[in-house]
Amino acid sequence: MGLKIQICLQKSDFQLVVDTTLPTDEIVAICGPSGSGKTSVLRVLAGLEPTVSGNIIFQDHCWLSAQQFVPPHQRAVGLVFQEPGLFAHLNVSGNILYGRKRSKNSAQAIDLDHLLNLLGIRHLLTRQVNTLSGGERQRVAIARALAINPHLLLLDEPMSGLDAAKKHELIPYLKDLQHSLAIPIIYVSHDHHEIAQLADHLLLLENGQVKAQGSIQELATRLSLPLAHQPDAEVMVNAVVDGYDPVYQLLRLTIDDIKLWVPGRQRAIGEAVKVQILAKDVSICLDRPRQTSILNILETQIDSLMDEGNGQMLIKLCLPSSAILARITRQSSERLALKAGQKVYAQIKSVALL
Amino acid sequence: MAWWLAHSRWRGKFLLEALVALPLVLPPTVLGFYLLLALGPNGPIGKLMQALGGPSLAFTFSGLVIGSLVYSLPFVLQPLQNAFATVGKRPMEVATTLGASKWDAFFSVILPLCRQGFLSAIVLGFAHTLGEFGVVLMIGGNIPGQTQVVSIAIYEHVESLHYANAHGLSVILPGLSFLMLMALYAFNRKVKWIHGP
Repeated sequence: MGLKIQICLQKSDFQLVVDTTLPTDEIVAICGPSGSGKTSVLRVLAGLEPTVSGNIIFQDHCWLSAQQFVPPHQRAVGLVFQEPGLFAHLNVSGNILYGRKRSKNSAQAIDLDHLLNLLGIRHLLTRQVNTLSGGERQRVAIARALAINPHLLLLDEPMSGLDAAKKHELIPYLKDLQHSLAIPIIYVSHDHHEIAQLADHLLLLENGQVKAQGSIQELATRLSLPLAHQPDAEVMVNAVVDGYDPVYQLLRLTIDDIKLWVPGRQRAIGEAVKVQILAKDVSICLDRPRQTSILNILETQIDSLMDEGNGQMLIKLCLPSSAILARITRQSSERLALKAGQKVYAQIKSVALL
Repeated sequence: MAWWLAHSRWRGKFLLEALVALPLVLPPTVLGFYLLLALGPNGPIGKLMQALGGPSLAFTFSGLVIGSLVYSLPFVLQPLQNAFATVGKRPMEVATTLGASKWDAFFSVILPLCRQGFLSAIVLGFAHTLGEFGVVLMIGGNIPGQTQVVSIAIYEHVESLHYANAHGLSVILPGLSFLMLMALYAFNRKVKWIHGP
């Protein structure tokens, strides 16, 4: 199972060559600078680029081969474009029902009621689309793509028109959708923070070619990739709830055999959670600090260091099965004579629970 | 054809565009003359028709229809091409990803979105076919009961000073045209009203 993509798309000024297999049981993000071919990959998957050559095999279905080109309307792929592309001659409900009426995949029907509530568009159903705001249009477009009960959902920067609050609501919904209905999601975005929150798997494109691919945790801490060098570089780490301190309202988590304390409400023991640790919130000590306000101090080892060129050093620290990043000044790094392989203590100023 | 003209990126597209627009600049008599030659028993189309066992088209009603079609084509094609270009490819793409086949998408999305374009195409096409003279005279040959059209009949009546008959026919044209155009625009208004501004 999975999505096997072996394609070559030749445009007048651009060539896209992708040969990879993407997981269909995780949310995949496609990321890269403008013009790297992110949108083209989605268009190829949706069947909107008939000149493409190669093979696409989605789970058991062959969508593209030397002999075969399955047209878009037979692929049952929900595609949300960057600009919503609502039909101006139909009202909101007409738009949403356009694809649903034509859907042949009723086996895993999406609950339309729930969808409308979740996207907050129920009150808009009778409105004309040209009276909607940008964010409303985008939400209607997402509902329209999901209403067809797609086998695969492709999202091209779908949250660019949404405010932070709506994004915050939509991200868990998309994750839930992926889990409960097992709809594979491929997601294109510039926003590293959005990707870190939503995606499990990352495909990094550059100039129409795959630059890197892998789990988000692994790629986010790979110092050779741009992801780690974002000003707000962050790492997501999988953790398990291990206990709760009701007096101080602190949740205890374990990452492998490491314990972390995070402020928050009580949760079920054994629940899998993701925590977010920003590179700028991690500092390094050679000895275990004693008198400090910082709760989480991990004994760790430096994997690698990289001079970011602006007086800052980015340091990758090993955890048993993952890694975190620390950003400190080059001055401190030289003063402490940090080098790869060295044992150090990482002080984590804040850990956010997602 | 208009869809193709609006969205094709073929380099030689301008050739076809120029060819289709040709009836706009040519005097109708020239066009009619060439069409007559082409449709006649010795013309390429006439020969083809004979080979297929069909009738000769010159001086027949069918020939007249073909002539009018060629003559009015640019007037129908250009508003459509403009409308399609304005709407762009995106609605078609969206519709196909929503499970509509190309034809389904064309009728359920492109047609309603390009309503204005279709309306102008119909009006212009209608106007030109009704009002044309030269092409019809050349191909049709003005055979009463077969290929005589109203405009030519009026011309004949006036030439032979039968003003009363000319009046009788002339009244029909504006009246009929007005009724048809009125119906079209009223329909457009109603559609607009249903779908909002």
